[in-house]
Amino acid sequence: MNKPENREFAVVGKRLPRLDAPAKAKGEARFTNDLFLANMVYAKIKRSPLAHARIRRIDYSRALALPGVLAVVTGADAPRPFCVMPHVPTETVMAIDKVRYAGEPVAAVAAMDEETAEDALELIDVEYEELPVLLDPIEAMQRDDARIHEAFARNIHYESEQNFGDVEAALAASHLVIEDVFRTSYVTPAFIEPHAAVADYDTAQERLTLYCPIQMPHHLHRTLAEVMQMPMEKIRVSVPAVGGGFGGKTEAASCDLCAAILSRKLGRPVKVPYTRAETFAQNKGRHPCIMKLRLGFERDGRITGLDFDNTLDGGAHASWGIIVLFFTAALCHLPYRIANVRFRGRRVFTNKPSCGAQRGLGGVQVRMALEGALDQAADRLGIDPFELRMRNAVESGYTTASGVHVPHAEFKQCLRNVVRASGYLDKRGKLPFGQGIGLAAGYYTSGALFMLYPTHKPQATAIVRIDTEAGITLFTGATDIGQGSTTVLAQMVAEELGVALGDINVVAQDTALAPFDNGTFDSRVTYGTGQAVRRAAQDAKRQLAEIVAAMLGVPAEHLHYRGGAVASRFEPRKRVELRDAVARHVETRGSLVGVGHFAPPRRAAHRQPGGMSGPSPSYAFGAQVAQVEVDLETGRIRVLDYYAADDCGQPINPMSVEGQVEGSVMMGLGQALSEEMRLSPEGRLLNPDLHDYKMPTAVDMPRVHCVHVDSYDPDAPFGAKESGEGPINPVAAAVLNAVHDAIGVRFREVPLTPEKVLRALGKMG
Amino acid sequence: MKRLVELDVNGQRYDVIVSPRELLVDVLRKKVGTIGPKKGCGEGQCGACSVLLDGEPVVSCLTLAIACQGRKIVTVEGLAPAGRLTPLQQAFVEHGAIQCGYCTPGMLICAQALLDENPHPSEAQIRAALVGNLCRCTGYVKIVEAIQAAARGLEAGPVAAGAEPASARSTP
Ligand code: FES
Ligand code: FES
Repeated sequence: MNKPENREFAVVGKRLPRLDAPAKAKGEARFTNDLFLANMVYAKIKRSPLAHARIRRIDYSRALALPGVLAVVTGADAPRPFCVMPHVPTETVMAIDKVRYAGEPVAAVAAMDEETAEDALELIDVEYEELPVLLDPIEAMQRDDARIHEAFARNIHYESEQNFGDVEAALAASHLVIEDVFRTSYVTPAFIEPHAAVADYDTAQERLTLYCPIQMPHHLHRTLAEVMQMPMEKIRVSVPAVGGGFGGKTEAASCDLCAAILSRKLGRPVKVPYTRAETFAQNKGRHPCIMKLRLGFERDGRITGLDFDNTLDGGAHASWGIIVLFFTAALCHLPYRIANVRFRGRRVFTNKPSCGAQRGLGGVQVRMALEGALDQAADRLGIDPFELRMRNAVESGYTTASGVHVPHAEFKQCLRNVVRASGYLDKRGKLPFGQGIGLAAGYYTSGALFMLYPTHKPQATAIVRIDTEAGITLFTGATDIGQGSTTVLAQMVAEELGVALGDINVVAQDTALAPFDNGTFDSRVTYGTGQAVRRAAQDAKRQLAEIVAAMLGVPAEHLHYRGGAVASRFEPRKRVELRDAVARHVETRGSLVGVGHFAPPRRAAHRQPGGMSGPSPSYAFGAQVAQVEVDLETGRIRVLDYYAADDCGQPINPMSVEGQVEGSVMMGLGQALSEEMRLSPEGRLLNPDLHDYKMPTAVDMPRVHCVHVDSYDPDAPFGAKESGEGPINPVAAAVLNAVHDAIGVRFREVPLTPEKVLRALGKMG
Repeated sequence: MKRLVELDVNGQRYDVIVSPRELLVDVLRKKVGTIGPKKGCGEGQCGACSVLLDGEPVVSCLTLAIACQGRKIVTVEGLAPAGRLTPLQQAFVEHGAIQCGYCTPGMLICAQALLDENPHPSEAQIRAALVGNLCRCTGYVKIVEAIQAAARGLEAGPVAAGAEPASARSTP
């Protein structure tokens, strides 16, 4: 459905510069590591060099004796386990009894300065007893004798099966069944800002303030209360500017908790800055998956059924693992109509830095498998891959076999537009050997229907305060991690109140100043927090309307907010400046405070395990085309042009939406072509640095063409859906399909390094 | 042996005591108080800590503070006189070249150095000049556009609502 004809926006839909951009351009924005509090000291974390070992003894007496050292803490100082999903905690602040990955914290030292704290780490003696190191999930499942967590047999963190329809019958009756195995790699968010934390414990009030770049401050708040054994009301999480998150900063990092413990112990502010290598060890990046699939088709290309088996390599701790497992199940059901789906999956512990919820979680992997299989089927059926996708594409109102309802979809438009913009139909199969073009599609959720722990509270509450002193202030717990949510939410308030973007002050990402917000994950902020913010502004308007209606002598329903004034929609001369109306309200009733909540409809999917992971209030779809050139001598793949059509609803800020698409393409190309964390056989990270962990540079990046899609979700705030994660989903798949078109080789694993390409071309042993 | 060093940072003289191993990035951030240069890696691999040293861009995390005695250092804070944005900074703001902003100080320093040397760089020259500056948010698209716009001198004034930069758009 398109935007309602009568609705013209004044602020929404405009390419407005970010509110925080000028300060960032001047170097004035304060990130966590830029905070220097009075009386602040530094702490560093001692980490295990071994990937799996029992801790026999920790002796830190020599460290304590070093002049300038103030305190040393170990796992015993904070033994409560935690996890972002609170019902399966496996992780403690520092390891207790054993370490499960190389880089796991075993102790932390606070000292007068950073250098002394670093020197002190060398003086902590840890005696380990080595245990078998399990790095491969398949092997880990066979080694029940070497459990990484005692409670988890065969090292299986979680295992599940979902059955919708009758897959065996559907596949047996199919004209064609594609059977294949795909593997994805071990990648990490690699935001440019390393983790850091500053904790400030007030011993008199017994209150803790923690500053750190966390995407979900209200969830960290909960974790802190649990780990510190403190009441929540004594804790404040305040988030300075965040230098990128991409899912990797959704969970408590070791530095957050170590800073808190040491600050309480010392009664003074403690900063814990990470090195880049520590940020790699913290990881919480994308789960490597081994995906086996069978995908059935009718002769005319309609999909009959999908049998999907997934083994996820979880690394050492629980993290978001169960949700990611079930997301890979849920993401099988869209964006194509499939009546019969079976999912079998398991998440396995290994001795690696833990995997978590990296941007587009679950989707990137599933897309790589399904979009690859679709192209194979297209070849076998003699149907163009675009046509094959069109025949199966879902539309608004579709309900999946798993019971998930799709209220709004412009997926077919994405496919059509991206194919037209890229010249896909004219180019595929017709470019010279070594050049190719590939199509892939995907979709993503706009927030979740359920919370990470059992509760019915709204996922977001926002406050709009309007008075004669501070003007219009939006209070929201939503966290801007660089995606631009502060500006987007302010645009919504400005639109609703008929003022300019610059008239809105935003107070955000602080648990003491704003009510609960579920946080920045699952592409939920624009849609979910946006609803709460819009309702808060509407609530303020409702209150103001009573005064204004009396002032102007018109019915309240006729009032209209535009250009900084309130007027009758029908008699424009009946008009009052907003500031005068507010002044009248303040004089007669006091400050104006509007409140808005968002609690999504708890429409569960089918009653199958994991049915609560994946359903979303709405879904964004996308289709992308990569055009590549393979250097037949060096094996190097260059992406020449990249086209992305994104059904994100009405873009609140088109410039920010493009930025999300362009950044997603970059991260997706990195995973497709060059990024991978490599480990030694002993489980040590071999490339925990930004030189050998190869993410695309300005020279590697192709031109990215954002292809227009006309989209407006009538149930969404100002018609907006998500754009932060959907666009990364198809990238690797599009590249693989393009490489197949270029050299006729179908790859089933990433990254597509030059060595793999040369080997496939028969040019290397 | 710690030593007293005179640093000229953004046109101001600072006397700081440094050890021979202390890095310029740490001295700027902790002792001078210029937090613009960011430490993204500390190993010369991300470019976020870039500053101009006698007009040349260097990574301040691989520069010893002690070696900067008497040399002219410009951090991102020094680009904007009296807090007013330079055309390049303005272009970054207007074109959406800043997302999280952590790479921005280094990007601006290196882009400014490029434009000082070559006021009309080609797109390839711009990309080559930024090869040592990693950005994880933008895919570099809008950063390159902003530098092109600054070079064209088209950056001033607010971008018209609904205006589209030519290179990132293709309408089917
Ligand atoms: S911090 Fe200096 S290059 Fe990364
Ligand atoms: S804007 Fe975030 S790293 Fe460049």
